[in-house]
This record gives sequence, C-alpha cells and structure tokens, in this order.
Amino acid sequence: MSAETDFDPDVMGMDHTTVTGWGRTAPTGAWLIRPRTYEEAAAAVRGCGARGGIPRGLGRAYGDAAQNAGGSVLDMTALDRVHAIDADGGTVLCDAGVSLHRLMEVLLPLGWFVPVTPGTRYVTVGGAIGADIHGKNHHVSGSFARHVLALELLTADGEIRTVIPGTPLFDATAGGMGLTGVILTATIRLQPVETSLMSVDTERATDLDDLMARLAATDHRYRYSVAWIDLLARGAATGRAVLTRGDHAPLDALPARLRRDPLAFRTSRLPATPAILPEGLLSRTTVGLFNELWYRKAPRTRTGRLQRISGFFHPLDGVPHWNRVYGRGGFVQYQFVVGHGREDALRRIVRRISERRCPSFLAVLKRFGEADPGWLSFPVPGWTLALDIPAGLPGLGAFLDELDEEVAAAGGRVYLAKDARLRPELLAAMYPRLDDFRELRAELDPRGVFVSDLARRLSL
Amino acid sequence: MKDAFGLPQSLLVLGGTSEIALATARRLIARRTRTVWLAGRPSPALEEAAGQLRGLGADVHTVAFDALDPGSHEAVLGKVFAEGDVDMVLLAFGLLGDQARDEREPEAAVRVAQTNYTGAVSAGLVCARSLQSQGHGSLVVMSSVAGERARRANFIYGSSKAGLDAFAQGLGDALHGTGVHVMVVRPGFVRTRMTAGLPEAPLATTPEAVASAVELGLRRRSETVWVPGTLRVVMAALRHLPRGVFRRLPV
Repeated sequence: MSAETDFDPDVMGMDHTTVTGWGRTAPTGAWLIRPRTYEEAAAAVRGCGARGGIPRGLGRAYGDAAQNAGGSVLDMTALDRVHAIDADGGTVLCDAGVSLHRLMEVLLPLGWFVPVTPGTRYVTVGGAIGADIHGKNHHVSGSFARHVLALELLTADGEIRTVIPGTPLFDATAGGMGLTGVILTATIRLQPVETSLMSVDTERATDLDDLMARLAATDHRYRYSVAWIDLLARGAATGRAVLTRGDHAPLDALPARLRRDPLAFRTSRLPATPAILPEGLLSRTTVGLFNELWYRKAPRTRTGRLQRISGFFHPLDGVPHWNRVYGRGGFVQYQFVVGHGREDALRRIVRRISERRCPSFLAVLKRFGEADPGWLSFPVPGWTLALDIPAGLPGLGAFLDELDEEVAAAGGRVYLAKDARLRPELLAAMYPRLDDFRELRAELDPRGVFVSDLARRLSL
Repeated sequence: MKDAFGLPQSLLVLGGTSEIALATARRLIARRTRTVWLAGRPSPALEEAAGQLRGLGADVHTVAFDALDPGSHEAVLGKVFAEGDVDMVLLAFGLLGDQARDEREPEAAVRVAQTNYTGAVSAGLVCARSLQSQGHGSLVVMSSVAGERARRANFIYGSSKAGLDAFAQGLGDALHGTGVHVMVVRPGFVRTRMTAGLPEAPLATTPEAVASAVELGLRRRSETVWVPGTLRVVMAALRHLPRGVFRRLPV
C-alpha cells in the first residue's frame, strides 16, 4: 500500500507498524514518525494525510489515546532536551519529549522535584500535560497542568503558538489528549525538596468504611496519600486496604550515613518481564493469594519509614514491561471519580467489583482535591478508584458498562488516558465542557489534522 | 473504532439476509455497534432485516450488492467505506446448492462456486484494501467445516468453501501486522433456512451460537473459530482418516 503522506520515509524515519497502548488491546496500523527537530515535527504535521496524526510519548496511556489507525503517530521522544533550569526560582524549561525520569535525574541533585508524578516515571512532559495527569498529591497540589507556566504548541496550521494558563487554548490542551496540537516545550514550576527520600506512614484499614473514614479524617496531614484496596476480599472485609502516606523527608530525619549525599537519585530495575507468558497467569486464585499476602505483610501501623522516591511512587517501574503479565489478551484499566457526597455510589461499585471477583491486584483509592480548569481534565473533588483487569475476563465489557452507568448517574466520570471501551453516549454527561472542546477544535483544526483512535471511538 | 474487546462500532454485512449474519449483527448491536450496512441483492427480505435491526436502535443502511457481479464490487463497497470507517466486515453470503441437481447441471454447480468462492475473493480483496488503508478493522469470513474435508454428500459446496477458507487464511497472513484482523469462522451444521429439511448432522448448532463464538473470537483476536468448539478436535481426527474409511462414514 502507499503512504498518504508526502514525505520520504527514509528521511523522516517513517515505519508502518502496529501500535497499542500500555494495556495492549486493540492494535491498529499507523505510520510512525520520529521527528528530531521542531522543523521536522512541523513538516510531519503539515504532511499528515487524510487520516491525520497524533503525538505519542512513551506509550503509557492504557487505551487508544496515542494510536491513529491508518494515519501518522508522531513519536516525540527524540525531542528530549532540558533547555534551562532556574535553580533559584524552581522552574524548568524542557522539550515535551523529556520523561519525568530524566527530569528527576537532573533536578533532584539541585534540590527540586517534579510537582506531580503518576505511578510511573516513564511518561513524557507532553503526555503529562495532554492527559493532565495526577499523582498521590492531588488533594494538595492538583494536577500536572496547574504547575505549567507556559507551553509551546504546534498547531494544525504548522505554526508554533505560546500558550499560557487562563486561556481557552490552554484549558483545551491540558487534558486534551493531544488533539489540540503537538506540545513542543513546557515551562514547569518545581517542588523544593531537602532530600531524595520519602518519610512514609503505613496503616491498615479493615474494610471500606474504615478506609474512607481514615482518609477523610487525616488526608490533609500528608502531601502524598494513597490506599491499595484488596478487591477480592468479601463479606465483612470488603474494601480492606493498606494506606501509604508521606512527604519528602527533611534533612534532619536522615541518619548520618545518608546525610552525606541526601539528594542522590537511586533506582533499581529487575530483569524485564518475558515477552511470552501463559494466558491466565493472573487468575482469581493467584491474585487472591497475592492480595492476602500483600495485606498481611503491611504493618498495622508504622510511621516515619524512609523510602526511596522510586519505591514510594513508582514500584512497578522496577519491572520493565510489567504489562506483559496479563498475557497476549492485554488488560483494561478502569479509573473513575465520584464527587464528595456520592460515597454511596463508591460503596456500591466496590461491592459489585468484589462480588464479581475481578482478579485485580492493582486497585488504588485516593481522594482528589480541587479540580483544574482543563476542559477534559479528569480530576474533580471526590473519590477516585483505579483497577487493572485482564481483558479476557468473560463478560467484562458488559460489566464495566454497568459501572459506567453508576458513575455517570453519580455525576462522576472515567479517565480518558486509561479508557479503551467507554460507550460514547456517556461521554457528554461525564465531561460537561465537551462541546466547548469540540468547538475550539473545529475552529483551530478545521481539516481535522489531529485525530486518534480515542477521538474516533468517542467522537471527541 | 473497535474497543478493547474488539467490538466494532460500525459493521458491514455482505450477505445481508444471512441468518448467521443477522444473529451476529443483533448481538453486536446489543454491545457497541451503532451503524450497520446490510449488503445484498435488493429484496423485501433485505429491507425487512434492516427494519428489524433498526428496531434494536442501530442506524441501518441497505446496499445493493451482488456476489455474482465482481465487476461492481469496487464501486459498491467503495461507497460504503467512503462514508466512514468500517470496523468489521462480515463476509457471510453463500449458496448451499442442491448436490444432486448440481451434479447433473454443471451450470448450477458453477453458480455455487462463483458465489461462494469467486464472489468472496473479489469482495474480500476489495474490503481488505480499504481496511488496510484505514489501519484497522476485522474481516470475519464465514467458512464451513464442509470445506475442511470434502464429503460425498456435498462436495460441490464443500470445495467452494475449501477454496474460500484457504483464500481467507492467506489473506489473514498477508494482512498480518497491518492492524487488520482476519478471522475464519468454521461452523458445523447450523439450523437455518439453508439447511431446512436436511438430515441434521451431529454437533448441530444455531446462528446465535455462531454469533456468540464470533464475539469471543473478536475479543481474543482469534484467526480461526470453530462452532461448536469441539469440532476442532473432531475434524482434526476426520481429516486424517484414510479415504476408504472416510468414504464409508455415515456423515
């Protein structure tokens, strides 16, 4: 077949390949382009054929947000320069293809940390803004875009615009899933830290009510807060959990041995998960055993434990390609939020998931703070639950559809960066600013240059 | 677009009055499918089928399509793809023929072969090219166990399905790595209009069972689906029986 784009494949490093998200479901074919300069990126955008293009970072979006069937996918990871660090004022100007991992390597020795990090360091700055990611500190710090002071956006006309907070284009781009244009650079406000270690408190909650009470009563005392839930526990133990909360350790909390190099950024990586694993490795039995162990191994209460940043924020980054444990069929991640006052909906959903016996070993509950202005930004004040489920679980699609109904009825929403299966009809109810988003896109990109499988599937 | 479970939002059925195809369409409409194109020879039956699917909430269009006129396939199917992405093509047209008559009247036999094989080669290739340029989609081809080993009782039909089956497998290999998924479905004896009045074979199944197997196959991105699944084992054994023994089997 012939390319619908008009550049020379050899010059642009174009490859036809199949692309999936981190969940490894729904592969589609696309032309992969890897621009090495802003000019090449602009040429790629101008040269997009009838099926358009979409920027992609490190491919950690679970669903189809960074896929574009039959069109172009712009791998932005070659544009990865850190341009300027203001070590006094605490800001950094960098390319959108820079990973949070790289930023941590560069910034931590200077006493600065990224303002928001999700459960992996291997996301790019562009992706972090496009998905308006959140972290364990959302109740204190909000989402990523709150800390962006300015960004440069390559729009559908091939022009580069400077976009600042408080403008419609910024609010459409923050959480806009790459559909307003290609983010080239960003200026980010940083978080000062005295050490590269975390001071962590751990406690167990015996059931969901206990967990929610503990979170509601004490979350404000911690910068970072998260709860792992055992969704296979049933009956009186439904929703039993381990709370892990903490803050950056101050210098005087470190033992003398660590005080010599308090800002060292240490990570470790285990061997990668093998490419081929048997289907059904994660059954109810194996996950049930894992959950039992994980719950029992957590201390009832423990305070002030020192932990590395990698262990506290990114435990799974130590296992490259961990997404392979779900086998060839891949997995879906389901993350939703319901507002404060809708705890009834959360309880119902947790009970249904427990009764359904979904083998999920990565179920996480946290409380969101104030929302940010991104039109398609996910967080709203309330409770958010995220879980991984093998895509091959029989009847899963219909079951998640039912949960969506509950979420929408409670005024909540699901997270687009993780979605691969939402019924399009529910989107407008979940995201009330959807029409504004569509209108701005129609004006900014009348030819529909920027498009993704997610955009096609949900008519964004 | 298909979702994480391989379920399509838009569906093109070639052979729009096929009971298996309509059972599959009903099942997919209950999941994610919103747009359906029913292609077939214009007839009250085709319109009635469209009306039924509309009643389930889908946006249904009919398309005049004749498997026996390959020259028209490009134009007819091209129009459907021009309207937007087709997430799944269900190639379900086919003639069973009447073995006794077809043996006597070669022209009638040729009609079976041209519909089931030649027509499918043409329509399959036209759709494959469009699916490939859109970078995604499933092409689901209704083959048959009859194509796995020709039997005395229906070898004309069986040989046409054998050709179709081999074609679809090769097409699946050709499209591997393009984002397009080709799935060959091999049902056994299905209780439909087509088989009404025929003596029922062992392991007989229903259009609904085929539909459910198709949905499962889409989720698993299977390349071959047997309905019922036990036929996979049964046919593996039958395929290797010596001719002399196979000939005498009461199948």
